[in-house]
Amino acid sequence: MDAALTPPAGRIEVRRRSTWSRGLRAVGRWRLLSFGALLILGYVFVALIGPELAPYEPNATHPQATLQEPSPAFRFGTDKFGRDIFSRVLYATRLDLSIAFSVAVSAFLVGAMVGGLSGYFGGVVDDLVMRLVDVLLAFPAFILAMALTGILGDTIPNVILAISIAYVPYFIRLTRGEMLRVRTMQYADAAVGVGNPRWRVVLVHLLPNSLTPAFIQLTLVLGWAILDAAGLAFLGLGITPPTAEWGVMVAEGAQRIITGEWWTWLFPGLAIVIIAFAFSIVGDGLRDLLAREER
Amino acid sequence: MAEPLLRVQSLRLDIADHERSRSILLDVNFDVRPNEVMGLVGESGSGKTLTALTIMRLLPPAASVSEGRIELGGRDLLRLTESEMRQVRGSKVAMIFQNPRAALNPLMRAGDQVARALLLHRELSRAEARRQAVELLRHAGISDAESRARAYPHQLSGGMAQRVLIAMMLACRPDLLIADEPTTGLDVTIQAQIFELIKKLQAETGASLLLITHDLGVVSEVCQRVAVMYAGQIMEQAPVAELFHHPSHPYTERLLGSILRVDQAAELDPSRAIAFASIDYDNPGCRFANRCPYVLEACWVRRPVPRRLAEDHIVYCHLRNEGAS
Repeated sequence: MDAALTPPAGRIEVRRRSTWSRGLRAVGRWRLLSFGALLILGYVFVALIGPELAPYEPNATHPQATLQEPSPAFRFGTDKFGRDIFSRVLYATRLDLSIAFSVAVSAFLVGAMVGGLSGYFGGVVDDLVMRLVDVLLAFPAFILAMALTGILGDTIPNVILAISIAYVPYFIRLTRGEMLRVRTMQYADAAVGVGNPRWRVVLVHLLPNSLTPAFIQLTLVLGWAILDAAGLAFLGLGITPPTAEWGVMVAEGAQRIITGEWWTWLFPGLAIVIIAFAFSIVGDGLRDLLAREER
Repeated sequence: MAEPLLRVQSLRLDIADHERSRSILLDVNFDVRPNEVMGLVGESGSGKTLTALTIMRLLPPAASVSEGRIELGGRDLLRLTESEMRQVRGSKVAMIFQNPRAALNPLMRAGDQVARALLLHRELSRAEARRQAVELLRHAGISDAESRARAYPHQLSGGMAQRVLIAMMLACRPDLLIADEPTTGLDVTIQAQIFELIKKLQAETGASLLLITHDLGVVSEVCQRVAVMYAGQIMEQAPVAELFHHPSHPYTERLLGSILRVDQAAELDPSRAIAFASIDYDNPGCRFANRCPYVLEACWVRRPVPRRLAEDHIVYCHLRNEGAS
């Protein structure tokens, strides 16, 4: 027999990879995505246990130590009231992440539901919903959130509501478009064909299959919501001093830029930039990953 | 003669586009008897699938039935309310689709889809439904049914997916199963296995089968009777042997003549070829007229009346009606 055709001596191993090792390989392949995910996990960790790590209460003042440079006692320095910026940044993590998740999740839920039903049933309701979406999308999300916060009043729930409303139209559009594709799939007919009522076909079979684009949007909106909430606070809308919140802190620090106390605005600013960056690369990474999955 | 299980009578289906509406199906008549395999053959665009979707009442919004009756077990399906129809779908009539992978929900495990179909029509606990689903999958010829039940559709081969779909559609023991080209996209050995399976399950459950196909070879092996459709009209209807030996409609004749045979050189006999012309849905007479070599004056004017040539052999053609009309 030709030597080249004989199987190599020894065992031919059929390697079975566990879910874990496949996961690890994916981490290798999607470095940027994994890096972003790691950053987000770090923030979530801080949001959960941050208050335990903080050396001081966020609003505890130290009148004899105002505008101190970073030092072992005040790692990120102190502001003009002598409040520890490190502690405030840690506390703010919980608040800002909570706002981001509340906004993204509620906009996702409402938008996916409305968009999905509107796309499936079509007709007059669909037309009305889409025109309303057009109107909302005519305003930049941030301007819309500003106006809504102005109308609703400066409380944290109102900020969440305002930013959510600004982002709902994106989710409606994306889910509706996907539903228009999915509803013509044969499994939609097959599901009706075995005797499912229409509502169950939509909710159980079609809606879950229409969520991919909205799901990617969710991660992006998480980042945008943080920027918006902080941006509103910076402008003095929504979340107001003395609340420990990144935007509020940056706004207070901004007055100190010319006087040289850089730590007052740099650390909260960095906290915003890094998390917004992390959500953004995770969103992009997920889009590539899921687009590849769909072939 | 036994009372038919399904009787489709003078069915007319209109599809409207922007400016006008056309009768895609016109005067469709056939029946399916209990425990019988009935074939419905025709080329693409002949309205086979639309007929099936009309029976299931799964028509796209642009289509509407303007005439006719579809009686299943004595009840006219076209006059049922949507919620009554829901009771019928799955438990009285079910349908196997052309592309099995596309007919399964990609986000749901195969076993769960079968179990859900069971739960729709039966009072069962979830655990019991799941157990029966595995049993159904095994019965549909899926080896290692327990682990396959946990698989998602994309992890199944086309043949496997079709078996899952068959298990799902037969879960609630429908009286009538419609199989719409159940083997398109499957390779030939798998095709044969799927037909074996469908025939076996049909015989076991005593259900009737309406098999939609363009493959006359399959028809001769599986069906007892067959109806030939062209451009949304029934051309001829007969027991299989009768149709193959005495085709009476020019279209049937040519359809049979188009089968290639290994033992004969494939040569195109010009006198037997069908004229190239697009399907003529607008001719008030016989829609085959523009391609028919024996076309008569009457073919352009009015629809031929059905002519009974033998027991169960009905043909719609003016050629066979001379003197009668």
